[in-house]
Amino acid sequence: MKLYEFQAKEVFAQHGIPVPRGQVATTPDEAAAAAEKLGRVVVKAQVHVGGRGKAGGIRLAGSSVEAREHAEAMLGKPLKGLIVNHVLIEEALDIKLEYYLAVTIDRTRKTAVMMASAMGGIDIEEVATSHPDKIVKLGIDPAYGPMDYQLRWLIMEAGFDTAAGRGIAAIARKIYEIMIDADASLVEINPLVVTVSGTVIAADGKFDVDDNALFRQPELAKLREDSEEDPLEAEAHRRGATYVHLDGDIGIIGNGAGLVMTTLDLVTRAGGRPANFLDIGGGARAESVKEAIDIVLLDPNVKGILFNIFGGITRGDEVAKGILAGTKDMQRQVPIVVRMEGTRAEEGRKLLEGTHLTSAAGPIEAAQKIIELTR
Amino acid sequence: MAILVGNDTRVVVQGVTGREGGFHTEQMLEYGTKVVAGVTPGRGGSVASGVPVFDSVLQAVAETGANTSIIFVPPPFAGDAICEAADAGVALVICITEGLPTNDVIKAVRFTGERGTRLIGPNCPGAMTPGQAKVGIMPADIFREGKVGVVSRSGTLTYEVVNLLTVANLGVSTCVGIGGDPVIGTTFTDVLDLFREDPDTAVVILIGEIGGSDEEAAAEMMRATGYRKPVVAYISGRSAPPGKRMGHAGAIISGNTGTPQSKVRAFAAAGAPVGETLNEVVQIVGGLLGAPRGVGVPS
Repeated sequence: MKLYEFQAKEVFAQHGIPVPRGQVATTPDEAAAAAEKLGRVVVKAQVHVGGRGKAGGIRLAGSSVEAREHAEAMLGKPLKGLIVNHVLIEEALDIKLEYYLAVTIDRTRKTAVMMASAMGGIDIEEVATSHPDKIVKLGIDPAYGPMDYQLRWLIMEAGFDTAAGRGIAAIARKIYEIMIDADASLVEINPLVVTVSGTVIAADGKFDVDDNALFRQPELAKLREDSEEDPLEAEAHRRGATYVHLDGDIGIIGNGAGLVMTTLDLVTRAGGRPANFLDIGGGARAESVKEAIDIVLLDPNVKGILFNIFGGITRGDEVAKGILAGTKDMQRQVPIVVRMEGTRAEEGRKLLEGTHLTSAAGPIEAAQKIIELTR
Repeated sequence: MAILVGNDTRVVVQGVTGREGGFHTEQMLEYGTKVVAGVTPGRGGSVASGVPVFDSVLQAVAETGANTSIIFVPPPFAGDAICEAADAGVALVICITEGLPTNDVIKAVRFTGERGTRLIGPNCPGAMTPGQAKVGIMPADIFREGKVGVVSRSGTLTYEVVNLLTVANLGVSTCVGIGGDPVIGTTFTDVLDLFREDPDTAVVILIGEIGGSDEEAAAEMMRATGYRKPVVAYISGRSAPPGKRMGHAGAIISGNTGTPQSKVRAFAAAGAPVGETLNEVVQIVGGLLGAPRGVGVPS
């Protein structure tokens, strides 16, 4: 789950990381009122996309009139395909230096890793491609956390301003603290600004929360609904489904993430376009299978559904019952192809015999059949 | 024994009195696995699913000589369960539970590493050596004994490929599910290292997926060490869009990391064929093992 910049900065402020004075606004009036108080401001669209500035989502305003205009131009309109619901009105900074500082999970080291770069203010992926040597990484031992000498090394290697070093080290320690306390999988400050007067301040903030840890982060869990950008995904997740919305027209349902991913691959390979990823998980009951059909059909683009089931703890007969229940009162009629193997698959296939459902012996055949039926 | 689990394996089930723990304990026993104990704090002295229950792993190990743990306890407590098993001296801990916070896994990996305990998972189907031991949740009846080692990040794709092997009259030496989380205890590289020394394994099937760079690391290890055993790879999620988490917490292309292209390239550079489909993978394996002609692999 991703937090918006203004939410990330609230967490930063709670942990004592300096952030610009600012206020979030949902209407042009609110934006103007905020600018009135703050003076020269930046109006920043709150959406989860990279390259916000280039796309016109960050604009400087010298007056409250100008701030209102910018907010009006952004609110309710799409930025790189995502609708802007909030703008952040923030005091403009006198920037001397722009750095990059982040902590994230290093899957290879199996620890947290802190990353620092003097090339701040640009997308870190770009830096990684063009100047990989400009990113310094520090693996953090989970038993001890970052040590002072390690942070001094990181700051030195990154080539950060010496005078600002102490302030940056304090912030580095705090973003690690946030990662542990708030179960973040990424805390990123880009840019971390050193102002003309020498203050170190987090001018931007990215904060991804580990979804698996939301059970012990009740405050963050409340923000969940708000963080969803795709309405279909939001509804599916509300109903407890593991669902990813894609842009094709063939609905895909299966058991197990790997199997569903591979089903998408097979459909794509055969010339079809998947509309979604939906994993019913292990041991799914008929009721959740029926629900899966409902969810997939919420997408008006779906012209047919492919079921790919390889039962381990999932039972074929249970899935078949769910499919029958789901197709009985389907919101609209679409062709369905079922491929079923594994535990109680034979019983499941028997239940589906003589219905209007199409069966397939293997996943490749199933992909071809659903493509033909939806053409 | 093939690798990791075999006739010497003595299993303690953590979370034995839960629904999943109980069901799979019975399934493992039915297969002939030596499940010697269960652990549920507060339920010591009772019997569940046919095995004696203890309050702690330490007691279970002392009383029964268990050397392998399988974990079914719920996500908030699973990280602690891993550490408890390691502290009790269990050599191999297999964590089936899905949904552990990554911070807990990082801690558990550090803790088990310090105590010389191997962790497999979390979020995995377990490990199985057909004919000897099943320490996991895989459907046993699709397995045949044979010479193909299987290592995979996905449970259901493992069943899919094992089934295809069985249909093609081929069998499995040991099958290891390493799990779909971003941070896991045992990696592809670790398992390939074990298969390298295993006389019962002639060919290895490696089932990877988008996200992270574990596949690349394994391919690089093969190239750098001149890995002798043939490895046939498969990469799932080739059509997945970047930035979307595809079910598994670890299956996500983030920026330039975790793309299928990079993984396929890495295996090609290591001389390992990559099948476009699992059927193709099994056909390649069949060719390598000199399988009889005319054996059909259904599509």
